Amino acid sequence: MGKLIYMDNAATTFVDKRVLDAMMPYFTNECFNPSSIYDGAQDVKVAIDNARANIAKTLNAKSNEIFFTSCGTESDNWAIKGVAHANKEKGKHLITSKIEHHAVLHSMASLEKEGYSVTYLDVNENGLVDTKKLEDAIRPDTILVSIMYANNEIGTIEPIKEIGEICHKHNIYFHVDAVQAYAHIPIDVVSDSIDLLSVSGHKFNAMKGTGFLYIKRGTKITNFMDGGAQEFKRRAGTENVAGIVGMAKATEIAHNEMKERIDTNIKIRDYIIERLLKEIPYSRLNGDKNKRLPNNVNIGFEFIEGESLLLALNDLGVCASSGSACTSGSLDPSHVLLAIGLPHEKAHGSLRLTISHETTIDDAKYVCDNLPKIVDRLRSMSPLYEDFIKNKGE
Amino acid sequence: MAYSEKVKDHYTNPRNVGVIENASGVGTVGNAKCGDIMRMYLDIDDTTGIIKDCKFKTFGCGAAVATSSMATELVKGKTIKEALQVTNKAVMEALDGLPPIKVHCSLLAEQAIHAALWDYAEKHNIKIEGLEKPVNDIEELEDEEI
Repeated sequence: MGKLIYMDNAATTFVDKRVLDAMMPYFTNECFNPSSIYDGAQDVKVAIDNARANIAKTLNAKSNEIFFTSCGTESDNWAIKGVAHANKEKGKHLITSKIEHHAVLHSMASLEKEGYSVTYLDVNENGLVDTKKLEDAIRPDTILVSIMYANNEIGTIEPIKEIGEICHKHNIYFHVDAVQAYAHIPIDVVSDSIDLLSVSGHKFNAMKGTGFLYIKRGTKITNFMDGGAQEFKRRAGTENVAGIVGMAKATEIAHNEMKERIDTNIKIRDYIIERLLKEIPYSRLNGDKNKRLPNNVNIGFEFIEGESLLLALNDLGVCASSGSACTSGSLDPSHVLLAIGLPHEKAHGSLRLTISHETTIDDAKYVCDNLPKIVDRLRSMSPLYEDFIKNKGE
Repeated sequence: MAYSEKVKDHYTNPRNVGVIENASGVGTVGNAKCGDIMRMYLDIDDTTGIIKDCKFKTFGCGAAVATSSMATELVKGKTIKEALQVTNKAVMEALDGLPPIKVHCSLLAEQAIHAALWDYAEKHNIKIEGLEKPVNDIEELEDEEI
């Protein structure tokens, strides 16, 4: 097999060499506990403080509003359950959308079991939340709205600023799952009126097991873990020093290079979308064409099933992903694709390609040159396509 | 559990893909909801009852394609009675196993053969001993048989 073409960057990314270099000392010479008192340990503490400050800057937040966690899922769990538990005297109603990540949806479901009520907002055919419907769903006992910045499957960017304004007008906390958006597009928690924001490090070339939660000062939220004084006593536990320093480095690199990354990503993204839609009949773009993450391509091919498509791409050295049931570990296709109104058979036939700054136009060409042949072959063995052609002829 | 080499071989190079014109029996099972649909075509010699040819079309994952492909291999050249012995377990064994979540694909393959044989029996107004009317929705079967 030749070169590996990695187009699954929404799943995870490769750790940047510069990030790894920044992390290395904290596994060896600087391997002190930042809570200790001697010089070496204090240097480690400074490194964490600097990491926190640098990350805060990228969001227009303050240092003491950044709380390191172990992943995006933890951040989502903490934000939702923490705000719900700390504000239950005010009310027990939360609002979210049907296309959130499972870390959000299952946190909500867990609260429902405790007696909270949750409104799951529909989205339109492009995956956009209707801000009018969101405002209509607000009740006197609503305590939290949780909407993702951008969707992990179809790349749709939600109207976060408008939603933030609505939440603040009604004095309701606003949590944003920004796992796919942070370090990919600019985010300003002040101008977007965001109270809590979840981030995962491994989505932007830091290592797995890193993440943070932005919590606006003054937000009522329970502690995530009790113990020592780490993370302002909100999330106890000895810090993942190397991971934190690495995530800060990755943040710095991503923000320094953001503008050119966005430009090249969009160019390659649109090249792929345009070619695939043109060269493969009965295909459609999932997600919004314009309000879309720069690195996300999601195309549905009728009459074929996603996993077979991924296996065929795998044979060519292309790593991609799908919303089909078989890749989700259950028999149901992606809840996101169903929520945007796709019938089951179409939801099964989706392909997600998520590129990175390392993706070249030659990579894109290779994928676009080969996909029509793969789709043709799979359709030639699809009973759904056979029926479609037969009915068309009649 | 990952796919075995045999499963990989069968989804990469599936055997007997296609259609048999004027087939003796055709059976389609599965539904788009669970993501797998299999259609099996049989060409049966009316006098000997031997399955001379078998072809398939499948909408589904790698395991669905591989189990269809293997099922066609296993029933080709067999008598109807022998074909009924091609159970989902036989298909799975011939493929060196399947990941647990994909076992339903082998059930679908078994049911596709039964559906094609059922169609043959109906067309010829005969009763095939040991053949029960196949179920279309494999989820009903799974609870009992897995």
